[in-house]
Amino acid sequence: MAETQTYQPGELEAEARAADNRSRWLLSLPAVVIITCAAAGPLLVMVLYSFLTPGDYGNVKWQFSLDGWTNIFVQRDIFDDTLIWADAHLSIFWRSLSLSLITTILTLLFGVPTAWFIATQPANRRQFWLFLVTVPFWTNLLVRTIAIQELIRSEGVINLALMKVGLIDEPIQMMFTDFAIGFGMTYVYLPLMVLPVYASVDKLDFRLVEAAHDLYAGRWTAFRRVILPLIKPGIIAGSILVFIPSLGAYVTPRVLGGGKNLMFGNLIELQFGAGRNWPLGAALSLMLMLAVMVALIWYVRVTSREQADG
Amino acid sequence: MIEIESATKVFGTGEAAFRALNAVNVTIAENEFFTLLGPSGCGKTTLLRLIAGFEPPTMGAIKLAGDDITRLRPAERPVNTVFQNYALFPHMSVAGNIAFGLEMLGKPKDEVDSTVAEMLRLVKMEELKDRRTSEISGGQQQRVALARALAPHPKVLLLDEPLSALDLKLRKEMQIELKRLQHETGITFVFVTHDQEEALTMSDRIAVMNGGEILQIGNPKEIYERPSARFVANFIGESNFLDATLKGGQVTLAAGGTFDVSVPDGVADGAVSVLLRPEHVAARAGAAQDGEIAATVDTVVYSGEATTLHLSLPTGEKVKAKIGNAPLGDGSLPKEGDSAALTVATGAITVLRD
Repeated sequence: MAETQTYQPGELEAEARAADNRSRWLLSLPAVVIITCAAAGPLLVMVLYSFLTPGDYGNVKWQFSLDGWTNIFVQRDIFDDTLIWADAHLSIFWRSLSLSLITTILTLLFGVPTAWFIATQPANRRQFWLFLVTVPFWTNLLVRTIAIQELIRSEGVINLALMKVGLIDEPIQMMFTDFAIGFGMTYVYLPLMVLPVYASVDKLDFRLVEAAHDLYAGRWTAFRRVILPLIKPGIIAGSILVFIPSLGAYVTPRVLGGGKNLMFGNLIELQFGAGRNWPLGAALSLMLMLAVMVALIWYVRVTSREQADG
Repeated sequence: MIEIESATKVFGTGEAAFRALNAVNVTIAENEFFTLLGPSGCGKTTLLRLIAGFEPPTMGAIKLAGDDITRLRPAERPVNTVFQNYALFPHMSVAGNIAFGLEMLGKPKDEVDSTVAEMLRLVKMEELKDRRTSEISGGQQQRVALARALAPHPKVLLLDEPLSALDLKLRKEMQIELKRLQHETGITFVFVTHDQEEALTMSDRIAVMNGGEILQIGNPKEIYERPSARFVANFIGESNFLDATLKGGQVTLAAGGTFDVSVPDGVADGAVSVLLRPEHVAARAGAAQDGEIAATVDTVVYSGEATTLHLSLPTGEKVKAKIGNAPLGDGSLPKEGDSAALTVATGAITVLRD
């Protein structure tokens, strides 16, 4: 006769938990490896490089220096060695910030109504519209950006059409302006706004909107008091998805903004390329990352406090 | 007073068109607890949504206190709704939900506060006023939904199956609660349900609907005891339908027995169908004597407060007799296979129109 086994109270549960934990770790291992090798490792290298001295032909010399970091804000004059503010960096940083904000606002203005339109279509047609939104992802970013160039350049479609109907006599200069960069980035990042907003509008219980109208709310008030707070998670996610890559955008400002209208991403690239100042490039990259982190933390704080206030 | 004049609602077009409401006429009096009762798809919720203004009617008009409100948007109608799933705003507190309608009407802050306090008291939710709506139980959400809809003091309160999500015990409590609220506030309630017992318990008047039409309007007693149509009789309570011949204010059942009846308008002498409620039939074991109807017992079903006998008549018709149980049973009921003699209570037979 088999002997009945006895257990300590909780013993079986502890074993099950341990087994569960082991399998969780195993499943997340590939992701952990990739993140360590592809993100954490290079990041540490960047931190290290930012405290070294630039090499003569790029690369770095193994010699400690704070110049990488101080050069973000001040530069030594080439002729008389006096310290001057690095105006160029600050104005590029400012341009990046303001263009990214404008891009976020524009994608919100275009994206929220689009997402609303799709989410309120009959279920069988939504897939089609979502598919259309994702179509641009099929084409390489560079190709799409050059296509925009074709639209807005002086001999481009828009200028030719406007001149043909006689609205303008001379082509409007759109290429190589901040307008071109903003236009391009809004186009590129719009799907990143539409998709998360769509997801939250899709989850919205439209009976709540009916309830708001039933309780004497007009269209705008119902939107502001009921719809907006409920789709806020999607709007926040979309804004983050648009704002952060906008700050570091490289291809779009390079193609549409030309050499003069640099953004932060181009500035960083410049240091690793023609500028041959890797420590400054590394410091600028980390600087950008810190700025994004601070902004995100502030955002999370504000929104979670709002939620607590209810 | 609400007047609904030949309201018709067609959803879709062409082949897929669905006529949810077909020329419905009904007048609901002030301070009335009026119930729209019917199976799902009968058009009761559509009619409610027409009154609320969520859907425009395809044809017809809706008047409130004499004014045509058919063209008004929901926000312009002095009508509030308690939704089936309550539709409470999840991002607002209990008090915030109740205050919403008052704020939209632009009431001053102190009036909003005092009305909200009054409503919280009315539905006994003072303690939970700062909770989020996701943190309270279904029954409590129900109360908040009621308070929110009552707070702006609408002329009419529309209730769309508000009790269907509650368990039986809570539902019974809320039925009484709703009745009390209607008395205290003096607001006209239009209540939609598919639960016939709920309708009978709460309503001043009931409109029984099917296939987009109102089949009968009457108080609970009329609807239950004198249904005009077979559908109404069948939908509400348990029914026996029997063949009979009508002649000069009397019916003679095919199975025997002649009874005085009141004849509804438009029913001529000749073959008719009559309704006999199971609880209006008494049965004893033994052979039928004068004035009794002979039957055989097929099955006996015990259900607590009553025993239902399923019987066959000599004509082949099936009849149920529901007999209240005496304490611990007296054994006098017929058993399965017995012959039985049935007695029909006076006035129990209703002539149906169809």
